[in-house]
Amino acid sequence: MCPDEAQNRVEPNALLTAAPRVVNVGLELFAADLASQGAKVVHVHWSPPAGGDARLADLLAKLQS
Amino acid sequence: MKSIDQANREGLRRIIDGEPVLVDVVAARDAIPQLADHVILHAGPPIEWERMCGPMRGAVMGIAVFEGWAKDLDDAASQAAAGSFAFHPNHHHGAVGPMAGMTTASQPLFVVENRTFGNHAYCTINEGLGKVLRYGGNDAEVLGRLRWIRDVLGPALGRALRECGGISLKPLIARGLTMGDEMHQRNVACSSLLLRQLAPALARTCKTSEDLAAVLDFLGRNDQFFLNVAMAMGKALTDPARNIEACSVVTAMSRNGTDFGIRVSGTGDRWFTASVEMPVGLYFPGFSARDANPDIGDSAIVETIGLGAFAMAAAPAVVGYLGAGRASEAATFTRSMAEIVAGHNPAWTIPGLDFAGVPTGIDIRLVVETQLAPTINTGIAHREPGVGQVGAGVVKAPLKCFEDALVAFAETMDLG
Repeated sequence: MCPDEAQNRVEPNALLTAAPRVVNVGLELFAADLASQGAKVVHVHWSPPAGGDARLADLLAKLQS
Repeated sequence: MKSIDQANREGLRRIIDGEPVLVDVVAARDAIPQLADHVILHAGPPIEWERMCGPMRGAVMGIAVFEGWAKDLDDAASQAAAGSFAFHPNHHHGAVGPMAGMTTASQPLFVVENRTFGNHAYCTINEGLGKVLRYGGNDAEVLGRLRWIRDVLGPALGRALRECGGISLKPLIARGLTMGDEMHQRNVACSSLLLRQLAPALARTCKTSEDLAAVLDFLGRNDQFFLNVAMAMGKALTDPARNIEACSVVTAMSRNGTDFGIRVSGTGDRWFTASVEMPVGLYFPGFSARDANPDIGDSAIVETIGLGAFAMAAAPAVVGYLGAGRASEAATFTRSMAEIVAGHNPAWTIPGLDFAGVPTGIDIRLVVETQLAPTINTGIAHREPGVGQVGAGVVKAPLKCFEDALVAFAETMDLG
């Protein structure tokens, strides 16, 4: 390797070399699978308003006051 | 126009500002004038004999014999099927009742006075656990106990309460929460605290030492004695929050063993119903989920005011009794319910949550948005008439009640 190449070499992003640290949003199954493989994972409970029911979600939006 | 948030703050204020005092025990016919012969008040939203579940039917049969309206249980069932009894919800008459929730003319009722708003609410006296009327039991032992409650215990408690000027319930509940009660399936502390306050007045007013001994023995052996007091208190606290324009706070949750019903402040006294869920829990020896009746009783009024499963963090011991997980998970229930309420009650705090107030004032908007159904701690009745309690557990309120209520609520706001 010539000196220039050594200077320009880009270190791999730590995200790719370190163990994954995950924030999982929504489906808890993904978090459980990762956790079962030893990954660090924080699960955030989230679901679409009214479970995705568009009519109820629309009503909720009108009733936010 | 008043905003929903403003209206909900007012609804929450009325629930929290109530000053409930247990003032008396009186005959039901004196408290509720509509209780004529052959009139039976029951738990939950309206229901007729044809759709009643087993334990509700068992309780109807038992109470008809108890009141002298039927010569035996078969006669009572025949009369019920023939339409001889008029059935109405307790909630329509300022009352509540656990499980089947039978309220009839001659039964003694606790009277809770809400001194902030001047209203009163009523509930029968707790009979103990196992084979009892409220779980559908109706044999000679059950009816004999009811007669003793009517003739001895009720009058004794009434005299004692009048003699001591009533018992303020808000501080008693606050103390019970620090002693491991959630006031639905664990009432050990509050039952004991109540007995401690009542005992001197009982001693002064009981007519014989034998009666006094029997009353003290009954109270001392019944860990759930306070439940019915807590329920009357819940009704007394929530009634002033009814019928507030633009308020989306729940004022009643109740089950008749067939239907689950809720009432919402801003939609008046209309019931929103759905099929009841099956509790998940633990069973007494010899029984299993195959024996269980679906969810039943007016007792969810305690969750409506932030106690029961909403205050589970105060009562880790009850989590194991209910088969609801590990004791260390108790706080999870309370934190979860905190996501669907208008606020917290600063008078009722939980030590294990750094004295946070219990989550209070269920907002139907938040239930529908999060799809987090209110959790309720409950006893489990046998599905057949005449057997009684077979276990205890937790159950979810059906989301459909809240979704239907939301649609109707939006219509009242001209937003449907």
